[in-house]
Amino acid sequence: MRECDERQAGTGARPGTNGRADLADPVLEVTDLDVTFGSGPDAVRAVRGVSYAVRPGEVLGIVGESGSGKSVTSLAVMGLLPPHAHVTGSVRLRGQEILGATEKTLTAFRGKTISMVFQDPLSALTPVYRVGDQIAEAVRIHQKVTGQQAARRAVELLDLVGIPNAAQRAKAFPHEFSGGMRQRAVIAMAIANDPDVILCDEPTTALDVTIQAQVLEVLKRAQRETGAAIVLITHDLGVVAGSVDRVLVMYAGRPVEVGSVDDVYYRVRMPYTMGLLASVPRLDRGGGQPLVPIEGNPPSPSALPPGCPFEPRCPIAVPACAEAEPALEPVGSPGHLAACVRAGEIEAEGWSPAQVYHAGTGGPDEQGPETPPVHLRPVRLPRDERDVVLEVKDLTKHHPLMKGALFRRRVGTVHAVDGISFDIRRMETLGLVGESGCGKTTTLMEILQLTRPQHGTIAVLGHDTARLTARERMAIRRDMQVVFQDPLASLDPRMTVYDIIAEPLRTHGIRDPGPRIRELIRLVGLDAAHAARYPQDFSGGQRQRIGIARALALEPRLLVLDEPVSALDVSIQAGVINLLEDLKNRLGLSYLFVAHDLAVVRHIADRVAVMYLGKIAEIGQVGQVYDAPMHPYTQALLSAIPLPDPGKERSRRRILLEGDLPSPASPPSGCRFRTRCPKFKTLDETDQARCVDEEPQVRRLGEDHGVSCHFAEKLDVV
Amino acid sequence: MAGFLLRRLLNYLVLIVVATSLAYMLAAGALDPRSNYEGRNPPIPQAVIDARLTELNLNDRTPLFDRYLTWAGGVVHGDFGKTVAGGSVGEDLGRRAGVTLRLITIGLILGSVTGVFVGAYAAVKQYGVFDRLSTGASFVVLAVPTVVLANILIIAGVWFNGLVGAQVFLVSGEATPGLQGGFATQAADRLQHLILPTLSLSLGLIAVYSRYQRNMMLDVLGADFIRTAMAKGLRRRTALTRHALRTALIPAVTYFAFTFGSLLVGTTFTEKIFGWHGMGEQLVNSISTNDVNTVAAISCFAAFAVLAASLASDVLHAVLDPRVRVG
Ligand SMILES: Nc1ncnc2c1ncn2[C@@H]1O[C@H](COP(=O)(O)OP(=O)(O)OP(=O)(O)O)[C@@H](O)[C@H]1O
Ligand code: SF4
Ligand code: SF4
Ligand SMILES: [Mg+2]
Repeated sequence: MRECDERQAGTGARPGTNGRADLADPVLEVTDLDVTFGSGPDAVRAVRGVSYAVRPGEVLGIVGESGSGKSVTSLAVMGLLPPHAHVTGSVRLRGQEILGATEKTLTAFRGKTISMVFQDPLSALTPVYRVGDQIAEAVRIHQKVTGQQAARRAVELLDLVGIPNAAQRAKAFPHEFSGGMRQRAVIAMAIANDPDVILCDEPTTALDVTIQAQVLEVLKRAQRETGAAIVLITHDLGVVAGSVDRVLVMYAGRPVEVGSVDDVYYRVRMPYTMGLLASVPRLDRGGGQPLVPIEGNPPSPSALPPGCPFEPRCPIAVPACAEAEPALEPVGSPGHLAACVRAGEIEAEGWSPAQVYHAGTGGPDEQGPETPPVHLRPVRLPRDERDVVLEVKDLTKHHPLMKGALFRRRVGTVHAVDGISFDIRRMETLGLVGESGCGKTTTLMEILQLTRPQHGTIAVLGHDTARLTARERMAIRRDMQVVFQDPLASLDPRMTVYDIIAEPLRTHGIRDPGPRIRELIRLVGLDAAHAARYPQDFSGGQRQRIGIARALALEPRLLVLDEPVSALDVSIQAGVINLLEDLKNRLGLSYLFVAHDLAVVRHIADRVAVMYLGKIAEIGQVGQVYDAPMHPYTQALLSAIPLPDPGKERSRRRILLEGDLPSPASPPSGCRFRTRCPKFKTLDETDQARCVDEEPQVRRLGEDHGVSCHFAEKLDVV
Repeated sequence: MAGFLLRRLLNYLVLIVVATSLAYMLAAGALDPRSNYEGRNPPIPQAVIDARLTELNLNDRTPLFDRYLTWAGGVVHGDFGKTVAGGSVGEDLGRRAGVTLRLITIGLILGSVTGVFVGAYAAVKQYGVFDRLSTGASFVVLAVPTVVLANILIIAGVWFNGLVGAQVFLVSGEATPGLQGGFATQAADRLQHLILPTLSLSLGLIAVYSRYQRNMMLDVLGADFIRTAMAKGLRRRTALTRHALRTALIPAVTYFAFTFGSLLVGTTFTEKIFGWHGMGEQLVNSISTNDVNTVAAISCFAAFAVLAASLASDVLHAVLDPRVRVG
C-alpha cells in the first residue's frame, strides 16, 4: 500500500504532505480536533489539537502508546463518540464539514465515503447474524439493490478479501470464523461501498503475526481495489514502517511528530519518538545491548503538566520545556514537523536516539537498577558444563473434547501438547514461542503442576516430577516460581505490596520478612517507601515488577514467565526486559520465557523453541534460529514480523502462509505443518508423500540447532 | 436440534414425575382429610368415615405408599382422583386451569415485553430521567409484596372510578354475572375486569425484566459490533434495535423459565384478591379443606407449566442464538 516515497523538494508548502499525493485535494482533513470527556477539574482531555490530512491513495500511520488518544481521534472523525464527549475543531470529508452534522448527513457518509475497521475482530461482528448478511446489509444501506444482488456482492467481497469458498462461508455465523477470517470480513464490509477513506484502528493487534501479515496484505489489496486513503492506527512501529507513507506520532492526546516514514524513522527530531524507536526490541539485532526504556509513565489526561507533556520523562529537558507546550513546527525536510523546543538543536547537531537517551542523567532507567554494560556481564561456563535446571522429555498432554450440555460425551481429543522435549541449563533463558493455540501455556502449566504428566517426563532441578514426595514438591515450589501475563489480575487488589511479597515468605515459614521485602522492592527498581500501597496505585510496568519481586522472594533458581511483558507498552516493556536480564545475571537464574513476540524473545533468550500445533518445529541457539532458520514455519513466522525500519521493510520479501491454524483436535497426518507449508508445494510427489505419511522428528542439524522438517534448509528471512 | 429438544423433553418428563410424586407424598402426609368429618354434630360413625375416605383414596389408615400407588395408577390414565367433596378433580381443575392460564399468559407477555423495552430504553438513555425513574420504580415494586401491591391497585382503581364518576376498573371476578349485551359489551366488560389483576401480576415482572434487560443491553451497547453497525451507515436507532437489542434479548429469553415459577406463586394471591376462580384460588382453598388430591393435581399442573416454559425458552434460545444451535 506504499504509494511512493521519493519526496519532491519544494512542494511541501503545506505542512504534513509529501509525494505525489500533494497534487490531489485531501479527502479527509482534520483540523484542531479536541475531545474532552466530562467537565470541571476531572475533565479528561483525550485529544488536543490533532490535525492531519490524507489524500486519495495515501496511507497515514498514527502511532502512540496506550491512552494517547488514537482511538478517540478516529471515533471523533466518524462521529461515533458517546454523547458525553465534547468535540471541537473541524473534520472535512471531501471538503464538507461533518463534525456536528446531523445524523442524516453522517449516515450518508459513514460506510460510503468513510469506513472503519476496529481492533477486536472477535467482537466486531454481530454474533446473531450470518457474516454474508452483515456485509450485504452494508451494501444495501447505500446502494439501491435487491437482496439477492447484495448477497452476491457480499460473496464477491468475501472472495476479494481471501475467504476460501466464499459462497458457502458467507452463510456462516461469526463464531464459526477464526479471528483472521473475521477481520477479513470486517474489511470486506469496510470496502463494500468503495469508500474514499478507511480508518483502521489497530486492525491486526489482536491477531497472530502470520495472520497479521495476511490481513495487512488484504488491506493493501483493498486499497488497490478502491483507491482509498487509509489511516492506519497502531502501536506497532514495525507495522507502520512497512505499510504507510506518512506517520503521525501521538503523545498525551497531541501530535508530537509528523512526517514521511523515512523522516520519522531516520531523521527523528522529537525525543519521545526517539524513545519509542530505541525501546522496541529488534528482530534483526541480537541481545547484548540493553534496550533503552523511557523512564516514568505517560501523564494522566486529566492532570497534564503545564509545559511539554513529555517533559517529566525527557532526558534532554531544559527549563524552557516546562513553561509552555511547544507547538508543532516544521523542522528539516518539508512536511516534517516536531513539537519540541530543542527540535532545531537536534536537527542541527544531528543527534541520534542513542545519543539523546544517554545524554541526560547517566542511567536512562531510574526505576530499574543500572544494567551492567556488556563487558561486565558474568562469564558463563560452556553450556555442557552447566547444571540442567529443567528437563522435559516427550511431554504430552491431551484434553478430551466434550460436547453437549446435559449429556456430556467425549467426541474427540485435543492434542494440546504432543511429545515435546527440551532442557534449560543454569543461567540460561529458553524462549518458548508460537502462535496462539500452539500449546505454549499448556506446556507451562504441565511443568508448574509438578505431577506425573500423561506421557513423558519432566525433571525440575534433577527431580523427576512423577516420583516426588510431598516434601520435595514443597521444596521445588520454592525453587521454581512463576510470573504471569496480566500484572493486575495476578495481584490481589486488597493486599498491600508488602503483604503480596510477604505471602510466599510466610508460607515457607520465614518469620521476620521485613528486611527481605524491602530488599526485594529495591531489587526490582521500586521505591521501598511504596510498600504500603495497593497494586492499583501502580502502573502496568510497576505492577509487573511487583509480580517479579514476589516470584523472587524465596530465591528461586528457575523462573517461569508467561508472556510477562505482552500487556505493557514498548517504552515500559523495555524497562521490565532489562530488569529480567539484569536479575538473571546477578542472581544466576534460569528462565523459561513463554511469549508470542519473537523480537522480545530474540532480545532476552539464549535459546529458543518454536512450537507449532503442540510440537516443536525448531529449537536452538537464538542467533542460529533467527539468522538462519531452517524450518519452513520458522521462516514464515520470522518473515511475517514487520521490522521498525522502513528501508529494510521495503526490501524484504514476505513468506505469506495460507489459511489458519488447523484444529488441534484433528492435526494433519505426517508433518503437521504440511497444510500451510510453502516448501511442501515446491516438492515433487515422492517427497510430498513423505511429508504426508511420515511425522518428522526433531533432528540435530548443527551445533545446538534442531529442526523437525524432512527437507530443512537455511534461509535468511529477517 | 430436534434430537437436542427431544433429550430435553425426556429430562423434563422425568422431572415432572419426580416433582409431582413428591408433592403428593407431602400433601398426603401433611394434610388431614379425616378432620373434615370429625367433631361434627351429629358425629359420623368411624366406619362410615373410613369407608368414605377409602373411597376417595384419602384414608390415612392405608399406608402412604399404597395410596400413592393407587393415585399414580389413576394419574397415568388421566384420572387425578376425587376432591374431598367427591367431585372429579380433573373436571374441576380443567375449568380453572383455563382461567389461570389466561391471566398468566397475558401477564407474562405484557410483563416481559414491557420489561424488555423499558430496560432497553433505560440502558440507551443511561443516567437520563427515564433511566432513573424506571430504576427507582422497579426497586419500589420489587420491595412491595404482591398482596400489598394488589390491594394498592384496588384502592387506586376504586379511587379513580370515584374521580371520573364511572366504573372504569372492575375489581371482582372475571366478568359481570348476567350482563346483557352483544360481543363488544361482553369484551369491554372482561377487559375492565382484566386490567388490574394483570397489572398486579406483570408489574413485578416488568420490574425484574427491566433491571435484567438494562444490564444486558449496557453490556452490548459498548460492544464493537454496534460501532461497526453504525460505521456501516446504519442510523443509531436501527443499529440499536436490529443489532443491540436483538443480541441482548438472548439472555432474557433464558430468564423466562425462571420468572414463570414466581408468576405461578404470584397468581395465587392475585386470584384470591381479585376473586378470579382459578387454580391459585383453588390451591388455597384445597389446603384449607385438606383436599390432598387437588393439591397434588395443582402441583402437577404447576410442574408442567414451569417445564413447558423452560422448554419454550430453550426453543426460543436456540432460535435466537446461532451459537447454541449446533450443540
Ligand atoms: N468514553 C470515554 N469516556 C471517558 N474517557 C475516555 C473514553 N474513551 C476514551 N477515554 C480516555 O481518552 C484517552 C485516550 O483514549 P484512546 O482510547 O484514544 O487511547 P488509544 O491511544 O487508542 O489507546 P490504546 O492503544 O490502548 O487503544 C484515555 O485516557 C481514555 O481513558
Ligand atoms: S520540548 Fe523539552 S521536554 Fe519536550 S521533548 Fe523537547 S526537549 Fe523534551
Ligand atoms: S516436513 Fe514437509 S511439510 Fe513439513 S515442514 Fe518440512 S517440507 Fe514442509
Ligand atoms: Mg485504541
